[in-house]
Amino acid sequence: MARYLFGRLAGIVIVFWIVSVVIFLLMHAIPGGPYNEDKVPLTAEAKANYLRKYGLDRPLVEQYLLYMGNVLRGDFGVPFQSPTESVAGLIARTWPVSASLGLAALLVALPAGLLLGILAAARQNSWVDYLASATATLGLTVPNFVVAVWLVLLLAVQLKWLPTGGWGEWYHYIMPVTALALAPLALTARYTRTSILEVVRSDYVRTARSKGLSDRQILLRHTLRNAMIPLLTILAPQIPNLITGTIFIESIFRVPGLGKFFVSSILGRDYPMIMALLLLVAVLWSLVYLITDLLYTLVDPRVRLEGKKS
Amino acid sequence: MNHPPPVAAQRTLLGDAARRFARNRLALVGLAMVTILLTMAVGADQIAPYAYDAADPARALQFPSGQHWMGTDEVGRDVYSRIVHGTRISLSVGLGVMVLALLIGVPLGLLAGLSGGPVDYAIMRLVEVFTAVPALMLALLLISVFGGGLANVILALGGVAWLDSCRLLRAQLLSLRERDFVLAARTVGASGARIALRHLLPNSIAPLIVAVTIGIPVAIFAEAGLSFLGLGINDPIPSWGKMVGNALSYMRVYWHLGVFPTLAIAVTMLGFTFLGDGLRDAFDTAMNR
Repeated sequence: MARYLFGRLAGIVIVFWIVSVVIFLLMHAIPGGPYNEDKVPLTAEAKANYLRKYGLDRPLVEQYLLYMGNVLRGDFGVPFQSPTESVAGLIARTWPVSASLGLAALLVALPAGLLLGILAAARQNSWVDYLASATATLGLTVPNFVVAVWLVLLLAVQLKWLPTGGWGEWYHYIMPVTALALAPLALTARYTRTSILEVVRSDYVRTARSKGLSDRQILLRHTLRNAMIPLLTILAPQIPNLITGTIFIESIFRVPGLGKFFVSSILGRDYPMIMALLLLVAVLWSLVYLITDLLYTLVDPRVRLEGKKS
Repeated sequence: MNHPPPVAAQRTLLGDAARRFARNRLALVGLAMVTILLTMAVGADQIAPYAYDAADPARALQFPSGQHWMGTDEVGRDVYSRIVHGTRISLSVGLGVMVLALLIGVPLGLLAGLSGGPVDYAIMRLVEVFTAVPALMLALLLISVFGGGLANVILALGGVAWLDSCRLLRAQLLSLRERDFVLAARTVGASGARIALRHLLPNSIAPLIVAVTIGIPVAIFAEAGLSFLGLGINDPIPSWGKMVGNALSYMRVYWHLGVFPTLAIAVTMLGFTFLGDGLRDAFDTAMNR
């Protein structure tokens, strides 16, 4: 176990290092820099000063080593687009907003999707089943910004139940969370239905039935527990994207989250911010995958970690 | 998708798949939707009543009417004509990205799946690196390096989309290698190259076709997203995503600017998804016989 964990963590560090090099090279390959005259009216001297201050006048290799050295000491630099705070401060300020939206979406999607999936499986080929699969198809195919536009048109413009956007009150959560939750909800419903229908045909469910357990007991104790396993691997990869903010949703509903920085940093050649965001997402991805694999062995004792490496 | 003529006596993989496909109602709906979209894209100049860039400020922001079925936008361009022309952009991106994804993903997947060892390890780490970076951000970086426009959007999205076909082909090859028919071929003395070309590759084509069809709506969605942010297709070429993005500031009153482009995106995504799911079901069962 310890050896497995060590191997995985070492792998993560290597992927990280490669990601940081690739992104560093790629972002410096973008024509223009943060202090181009067309963006900020600066004298040549002031520009040179800024470049020197942030080390942008040094060779790339040196810049990279300097940056990574600072990162290892916990210093992620200053965002060029908001020089009065630190990168860490900016992320600490905006990330909770995005994360709260993403978590709320997950908290809605998971139970709702489970319920829909269970109902659909229990009443296979009934109207509930058809409703569930129609929802699943729409949720999985229609992009979330399209859903968001429809929500605004329906709930805010037509019915006038909600403001078109904004942040700070509980009702500001309703539309963005709905738009974000639809896809994970659809995934959950679809996989719950399929895996319940598969598990129901297995021997141990037949055994449970023949020893006289009620349908409800079979569903809760036997079917659902095993049907949850594939769900884990399906939902986990959704989490990093959901909790780091979606630019489309945040710009449509005017949510002051982390999402917009994924685009504005690249547009503004905000090198420290680009690096920080990419490393943040890469960390989340690696952690989610590692935790999923570990959880897998908890819920399904048949899975051995050592064998999964390939 | 061409349907091979039904063959009564001889049963082939393709024949079986085509028959299953024809029995799947949703798949046929998808095929019909995609056919209509293709027709719109090819015949856009004939179908659209106005030029997509014919601005007329005097007729700006009109609601749908007999003259402008879907109304006009903020500079007086006919929304319906722009949607019809937008089909071209969406489909070119969808197909172009998948072609590019295959051109990169298939050789790398073949190399990884057939050679194994350090080559496989290196390619898989490369795939992992690309997976760890959010696709949208990578595409944005690539577009910032190379600039916007249709060709560069396709390049940037293709540079991200090859991961799936590479991973899929490798997994397919690894599992096929262990099958009995490969052992049989080896026993009768077939060379490694012959096994790869005549046995492994043909058996991997069906899943690749399915992956490509399912990848098309993903690419279309990505282009719509980039253009929504104002980073994809440049004005005045109409892209549905850009139309939605522009509509945001007007649609509180002029609802038609939001409704029609989003509907076009949704319908296209549904059409290709139905088609892809139908193909997957058709090939899956045909192969599992």
